[in-house]
Amino acid sequence: MSIAMPIPDASTLKKRATIIAAMREIVAFDNVIDDIDALRPYESDGLTAYRQPPMLVVLPETVEQVSAVLRWCHREAVRVVPRGSGTSLSGGALPLADAVLLGLGKFKKIIEVDYEERIAVVQPGVTNLAITQAVEGRGFYYAPDPSSQIACSIGGNVAENSGGVHCLKYGLTTNNVLGVELVLMDGEIVRLGGRHLDPAGLDLLGVVVGSEGLLGVVTEVTVRILPKPQTARAILLGFPDAERAGACVAQVIAEGIIPAGMEMMDKPAIHAAEAFVNVGYPLDVGALLIVEVDGPAAECDHLVAEIDRIAGENDAVTRRVSNNDQERLSFWAGRKAAFPAVGRLAPDYYCMDGTIPRRRLPEVLSRMEQLSEEYGLAVANVFHAGDGNLHPLILYDANKPGELAKAEEFGNDILRLCVEVGGVLTGEHGVGVEKRDLMPEMYNEIDLEHQHRLKSAFDPLLLLNPGKVFPQLHRCAEMGRVHVHGGQHRFPEIPRF
Amino acid sequence: MTEINPQSPQDVCDAIADAKRDGVRLEIRGGGSKSLIGAPREARTLGMSAMAGVVDYDPAELVLTVGAGTPLAQIEQLVASERQMLAFEPFDHGPVFGQAAGKATIGGVIAAGVAGSGRVTAGSARDHLLGFTAVSGRGETFVAGGKVVKNVTGFDLSKLVTSSWGRLAAITELTLKVLPKPRTSVTLGIDGLDCSNSCAAMAQAFGSNAEVSAAARHHDGATIFRLTGFEPSIAARLVMLPKVLEAFGTMIALDPDQADIFWRETGAGLALKGDVLWCIHVPPRQAANVIARLEPFSPHWSLDWGGARIWMSLDSGEAPVRGAAEAAGGHAMLIRAPLSMRQAIPVQHPRLAGVAALEARVRRAFDPDCIFETGRFLGEEVAHAD
Repeated sequence: MSIAMPIPDASTLKKRATIIAAMREIVAFDNVIDDIDALRPYESDGLTAYRQPPMLVVLPETVEQVSAVLRWCHREAVRVVPRGSGTSLSGGALPLADAVLLGLGKFKKIIEVDYEERIAVVQPGVTNLAITQAVEGRGFYYAPDPSSQIACSIGGNVAENSGGVHCLKYGLTTNNVLGVELVLMDGEIVRLGGRHLDPAGLDLLGVVVGSEGLLGVVTEVTVRILPKPQTARAILLGFPDAERAGACVAQVIAEGIIPAGMEMMDKPAIHAAEAFVNVGYPLDVGALLIVEVDGPAAECDHLVAEIDRIAGENDAVTRRVSNNDQERLSFWAGRKAAFPAVGRLAPDYYCMDGTIPRRRLPEVLSRMEQLSEEYGLAVANVFHAGDGNLHPLILYDANKPGELAKAEEFGNDILRLCVEVGGVLTGEHGVGVEKRDLMPEMYNEIDLEHQHRLKSAFDPLLLLNPGKVFPQLHRCAEMGRVHVHGGQHRFPEIPRF
Repeated sequence: MTEINPQSPQDVCDAIADAKRDGVRLEIRGGGSKSLIGAPREARTLGMSAMAGVVDYDPAELVLTVGAGTPLAQIEQLVASERQMLAFEPFDHGPVFGQAAGKATIGGVIAAGVAGSGRVTAGSARDHLLGFTAVSGRGETFVAGGKVVKNVTGFDLSKLVTSSWGRLAAITELTLKVLPKPRTSVTLGIDGLDCSNSCAAMAQAFGSNAEVSAAARHHDGATIFRLTGFEPSIAARLVMLPKVLEAFGTMIALDPDQADIFWRETGAGLALKGDVLWCIHVPPRQAANVIARLEPFSPHWSLDWGGARIWMSLDSGEAPVRGAAEAAGGHAMLIRAPLSMRQAIPVQHPRLAGVAALEARVRRAFDPDCIFETGRFLGEEVAHAD
């Protein structure tokens, strides 16, 4: 691990045995993990470049236990790192040597589903996909669909404000959460939002969503569920270059169409994906678009015809419309396999997550190409084209001396470029430890101080998830990010796209 | 007291410094369309109307950046010219107080979290504010959020500042997400449903594939459903919806002008007689209970958001509205009331102690000297909570 985290507190480390005993007073004996080997699985999240075994893991089973754990830690000034499924790509759940890692994995109940009010009340450890699975029998689903949805928890989604390929039309987590039960660092239990729509006072729920575990620990979530669209159809479009693909995207939106999903891949990504899954992507194009629409069949038929026309007007050289679900899924197969496919091109890759104004795409891609030449590292691009969220994948070989550092510097330059053209550092992965030291690229000291004071209003002693989101003064020169070596993810079974 | 009209964020900073030095509070005001909400206050007015104008509008990006003092009407006209809209359907509070429309500013709409009937499916003001520049009670200019539609960099202060009623910071510039205006809109109605059946019908419609974009119950008794989108889709859903709601009665298509009036009135709590107007937020299933409980006080009411928002007017302030809202798991906001009532009853529903204390700490984080605490919200000022 090569990133500066808050210096472990010596007095906390010294009283580890006392802390363990105190935790065992609060939760069942076996729900405190203190054995060094048993702590290993918790040493990192989805951002595997950083590893740090926690001081101990506590796995509460009730909100009262969460409250008691936090109250005790608050009184004793012990740091706490909350964790859901540990799939964060930005190091949001990275443990600290002197902190209790508070795992919410035992909060697995779906408490209630109310189809009339179209809400589900669930515990934070329930996976994103499990919500949909619980309600799909009645024709409903939970809309935000991060690529890790088979594993990521709804509590983690709330912390990270997770998105997904459908968020242009259906929103991020924040737009689909109605209420939470939250335990503050001092143990106080509060309910924010609920089954009604507007808050009575300040929209604290709005700022808790996406707060990356810095403001409180979520112990219950009320989400909105939606009727599953009757039909979905996709259209696969190939363009000579990204410029014309981008113009097509702009025209689709200008003509009033908000597709359910709109994904772009550049030439290296197309070739990698096709070589990997062999779904018939055209190899003679410079950019590929997959556009999905959903709704009543008549609407889908109308929209695919319109999008096909618009694509023609923007010089699309490949235009294929799905006529059944199998075809639709085959269009998606390559895109959904893009990360592992790119992973086959080099021993390691590093995934970025900036957002740019879409109109700046051609310029950003060409400057990225220049950077690629300067650094001598290849890059493949997949892109949530509707909302401008870029996922450049930088290819490198960690076994070559200096290449890792080069890849990281290249990544930093890409994010700086995103900010320079009017975009942001992260569209959906979160700041975590990964991008915290780049925050000054986007916000000045006064901006960050305003954010930090909000943190203090929730957690005055700064005990909850320290070292995340805010830049640290003493940062190491070398920083690690979402690195994948030899195609070995920490969670190889979870798709990433 | 005096009114100051800043021309720049620096002027706002100066005004805050002056207020602090003079020991006076500052009331941030856009067009003043909501000035009759809340208790009378002793404050210097910070009029934001000069901080107006369109900074950037790129329809294809779905992003609009404007000065906070820009009139709402001007923005609506601008986005309509590109066949776009503010999908949270903000409205002007002027007519709620018997005044002409046209004064409301975008800053005021955001600061009050104003949303119309489309809120259930399109989201509220908070869901469409992407970023902003503001001057906090510390007299410091800061920015938050971004100018792109997808962003999770840092705390989502855009949500926090929306509906904060000018008690955290004076917004000077804001960036909004805009969306295409639906090419077609049709309203269907069912007459004569009581509150409970009306809510059940609306729930059934929202839970179906007919994809209604809004559902409300007008005070005259019509339960109305809006279908929006492209023509072929509407045609299909016009067949679907009456089947979904077959058990509730016959649906008829409303004349577009009539439909506009119905939506305007139910969306903003208009045309409800009575000096006292409440906006009650409840889980939709509870709307009928709230109304039944307050029936002895002869309320006039309409429902919006499928029953999740009740507009209720009364002739006097005696009805136990807050108790009824609370029993239903919701809360009630006092919108319109005679002066004596506004002096005694807080606008916002009192929160439980834990949340109230947390809110106070958050307000003091942005405004440690209570510069923006004008007394409008009665008894909520806590200076220097930290």
